[in-house]
Amino acid sequence: MERPLALECRGITKTFGSVVANKNCDLQVYHGEILAILGENGSGKTTLMNMVAGIYFPDEGQIYVDGKEVTIASPKDAFSYRIGMIHQHFKLVDVFTACENVALGVEDKGRYRLADVRRKVIEITQRYGFVIDPDKRVADMSVSEKQTVEIIKVLYRGADILILDEPTAVLTPQETEKLFNVLRRMREDNKSVIIITHKLHEVLSLSDRVAVLRRGEYVGTVQTAEADENSLTEMMMGVKVELNIHRSEPKDTKERLVVKNLHSVNDEGKPVLNGVSFTAYSGEILGIAGIAGSGQRELLESIAGLYHLTEGEITYIDPKTDAHENLRDKTPIEIRDLGVRLSFVPEDRLGMGLVGNMDIVDNMMLRSYQKGRGMFLHRREPRDLAQHIIEDLQVVTPGASTPVRQLSGGNVQKVLVGREIAAAPSVLMAAYPVRGLDVNASYTIYNLLNHQKEQGVAVIFVGEDLDVLMELCDRIMVINSGMVTGIVDGRTARKDEIGLLMTKSNKEGE
Amino acid sequence: MASSEKKHTPLLHIVKRDPGTLTWGYKLLVRGIAILAALVVCGVLITLLTGENPVVVYGSMISGVFGTSRRVWNMLQGVAILLCVSLAVTPAFKMKFWNIGAEGQVLISGLACVAAMMFLGDVLPLGLLIVVMVAASVLAGMIWAVLPAIFKAYWNTNETLFTLMMNYVATQLVAYFLKVFVKNGSGVLTPMPEFGLPVIGGQAYLLNVLIVLVLTILVYVYLKFSKQGYEITIVGESENTARYIGINVKKVVIRTMLISGAVCGLAGLLLVGGTNHTISTTTVGGRGFTAIMVSWLGKFDPLYMVLTSFLIIFLEMGSQQVSTDFRISSSISSIVTGIILLFIIGCEFFLQYRVVFRKNRKENV
Repeated sequence: MERPLALECRGITKTFGSVVANKNCDLQVYHGEILAILGENGSGKTTLMNMVAGIYFPDEGQIYVDGKEVTIASPKDAFSYRIGMIHQHFKLVDVFTACENVALGVEDKGRYRLADVRRKVIEITQRYGFVIDPDKRVADMSVSEKQTVEIIKVLYRGADILILDEPTAVLTPQETEKLFNVLRRMREDNKSVIIITHKLHEVLSLSDRVAVLRRGEYVGTVQTAEADENSLTEMMMGVKVELNIHRSEPKDTKERLVVKNLHSVNDEGKPVLNGVSFTAYSGEILGIAGIAGSGQRELLESIAGLYHLTEGEITYIDPKTDAHENLRDKTPIEIRDLGVRLSFVPEDRLGMGLVGNMDIVDNMMLRSYQKGRGMFLHRREPRDLAQHIIEDLQVVTPGASTPVRQLSGGNVQKVLVGREIAAAPSVLMAAYPVRGLDVNASYTIYNLLNHQKEQGVAVIFVGEDLDVLMELCDRIMVINSGMVTGIVDGRTARKDEIGLLMTKSNKEGE
Repeated sequence: MASSEKKHTPLLHIVKRDPGTLTWGYKLLVRGIAILAALVVCGVLITLLTGENPVVVYGSMISGVFGTSRRVWNMLQGVAILLCVSLAVTPAFKMKFWNIGAEGQVLISGLACVAAMMFLGDVLPLGLLIVVMVAASVLAGMIWAVLPAIFKAYWNTNETLFTLMMNYVATQLVAYFLKVFVKNGSGVLTPMPEFGLPVIGGQAYLLNVLIVLVLTILVYVYLKFSKQGYEITIVGESENTARYIGINVKKVVIRTMLISGAVCGLAGLLLVGGTNHTISTTTVGGRGFTAIMVSWLGKFDPLYMVLTSFLIIFLEMGSQQVSTDFRISSSISSIVTGIILLFIIGCEFFLQYRVVFRKNRKENV
C-alpha cells in the first residue's frame, strides 16, 4: 500500500562559498515512520535538515509538505507547516522553567496564561511518556532533561514532522533507550520522526527506513529491515571499507607520563576530574573512551598546563636523562622550558590549535615563534615547515599563505597534527583528531599516530568511535564523570564491556 | 498550484563569498563604483538642496585641499595628527581591546606637555625642556591607557566603558587646569610658541609630518614582523589559542596598551608642543574617535591607514571649503561626508557577500 508522503525534498542543493554542502538531494518521509538520516560527519545531513527547518534557504530544489510545494524561508514558516527541529545545541533560557521555555516565542492570540501552557505540557508528557518536572529551572536540568524540554517545545507548537540532530551524542545508553521509546510512541501517533545520526546500531534498532548521504550527495534510501551494518557502511563510504588499522606490538615501553589522582572543578565549581590516575608508556597508544563531556578535555588540558587542578600530580619522565619533572601548575611555556616535549592536538582546532585567519606559515610559528634572537620573527623555518607539511601530508591548499580557515576540515587537521608532530614530541596527545574527517583523511591521521608510536612516542588518543579505539589503541582507558572506570587491553576488549564501563559509575552513583 | 506558492520565494538572498575567489581587480572595481555612486548621489543632493552645479562644488572641494601650498600643508598636518592617533589605537584594536579613550589619552598628554612648557619653560634650557615635554606627554598617555588595561587584565572590567569614562576625566582636568592657572580668568591659555618643538625647513608642520611618517613605518614593522606584534594578533584572534601556546594574555594586554598610550602621548605632544602651543578642552577635537574609523577602514594596516586618514581629512577640508565658497550651511558638508563614507564602508558588504536573485524555475514556466 502506498502511504501518503509527509515531506519530500527534490533536488536540493546548497553551497557555502565554494563548499558544496548538499548536491541534488532527494528525500521522502511518510507519516507515522521513523526515518534515519545516516552519513559521516560533514556529509551534509544537518545542512539538509536545516533547510527543511527554515534555518537555511536552498540554492536550488523544492520542498513539498503533504504533496504541496512549499517555501520555507524561516523557522516560523517551518512551524506553519508543522515541522520542528531539535538542534544539537539547545536553545533554552537557563533561568526559566521548562514551562516558561515552552511558552516562549509562541504567538498565541489572547492573554499569556502559564497555567494553560503547563496543562498542555503535562498532557504532552503523559501522552508520549516523557519524564520531566514542568516547573524545574533549565539551569538545574541534566542534558537529557534539557533535550526533553526542546522536544516538548516542538510538540507544543504542533509539529507533526520532528527532526532530531544527533540526539544521542550527549546521552548515556539508558537515556538513549528512554528517548527511543518516546520516539516510537510518536510514530504510533502518526508523526514523522527524522533522526540524524552516524551511529549504525541506533539506525538499526530504531528506524523504519534509512536515507544515506555521502559528501553532500543523496545515495539512496533502504528499508532498515533489509539492511545490516555492512551494507550501510558501504553506502556511507561508497566503497567497501573494513576498518583495518595496522597495529604493531608496542616495543621498548617505558613509563613516560605518570598521572596520579587528578582533581579539578569547572567554573561553576562542579567537579570535572575526580581522581584520575594512569600511566602512559612510550611506544604505545593509550586510548581514552567515554561519553562526551566526561572530563576528557579537562584531563588533556590539565596535562598541557591549561587547566587548573585542585589536587593531583603529573610526572613526566625524560626519555634521555630519566629525570622526573612535575608538570602540575606549570604554564605551557614553563613546561616547554623544562625540555618536556609535549605535543597537544586539541579538540577545538580553529579555536585553539590554530588561528583561522592566519595563514599556514604563521600557524606553523604558533609554538615556536619565540625561538631565535631579537624582537623580530623568523619566518624562514616555519615557511619551510609549512611547505614540507603541505607536500608530505598532501594538504590541499592554494598555497602556504592561505588562511587555514579556508581549508577543509581534513586539511586543517593535517596542518595541526603536522605541526605538533614536527616538534618531535615524546608525548603526543590528540583529542578527537578524526572528528569531521572523511575516511581517507582519518586514515592519514591514524597512520601518523601509529608512526609516532613506532618512534617511541607515548601517544594519548581521545576518541568517540569505539571501533576505531579498539583497532588503534594498545590500551583503552574508560572515563566517566571525571573518573577512570577501567583500563582494558585494546586487543582483547569487547565493545559491550567498554560500553558498560562508560556508564559504570552512573549506575552506582545515582 | 505550484505558482501560487512561488511568490513566497524570497526575491533575493545573500550568499557568503569565498574570500579566495576575489581578484584584486574586482575589489578595485567595486570600490571605484562605490565612490562614483557616492559622488553621483551627493551631486544630485547638492543640486536639489542648493541649486549649485555639482561639478563646480566638487571643484571647490578639491581646491580647498590642494588649492594653495598653505592648504596642502594644512592637509598634511591634519593627516599627520589623525594618522598618529590612529596608529596609537591600532595595536589595541588588533588585540580586540576596544579602546575608545584615545581622545582622553591624547588630551591628558597635551596637558602634561603644556604644564611642562608653562612651569619649566623659563627654568630649563630649550633642549632639556623638549626632552621633559616628550617624557611627560608619553608618560601621561601611558598612564591613561594602562589603567583600563590593568583593570581589564586582572578584574575583567569592561574596557569600552572604562576608556570612555577616562575621556571625561581628562577633559575635566584640562578645564580645571585652565581655571586655576590662567591668571586673567578668561580660561584661555595664551600660546607659548617660544617653548614649542623646533621648526625645521621653515615649515611649521614639517617636523610633525616627518615624525608621523617614521612612526607609521615603525608601527607597521612592529605589527607585522615583531614577536610582540604576532602575540597581539593571536590574542585578538583567539584568546584560547593564546592560552594554548602559553602566551601570558594579561601581560600582552598591558604591554600593548602601554605602547598604544605612548603613541597617543606623542600625538598629544605634536598637537600641543608642535602645533597649538596651548591647550583647551577641545584641542583633540574628536580625533580620538575619528581615529577608530581610520583604523577600521584601513583594516588595521598602517599603510592603508595613510590612505584612509587622507580620505577623512580630504572630505573634512574639502567640505569646509564648499560651505565657505557657496555660503551654505556646514551641515551640507557633513551630509556629503556621511554619504561618501557610507558608500565606501557599504561596498565591503558586496565584497563579502553575493546577492542571488530569484531564478525563474523551469518547471513553472
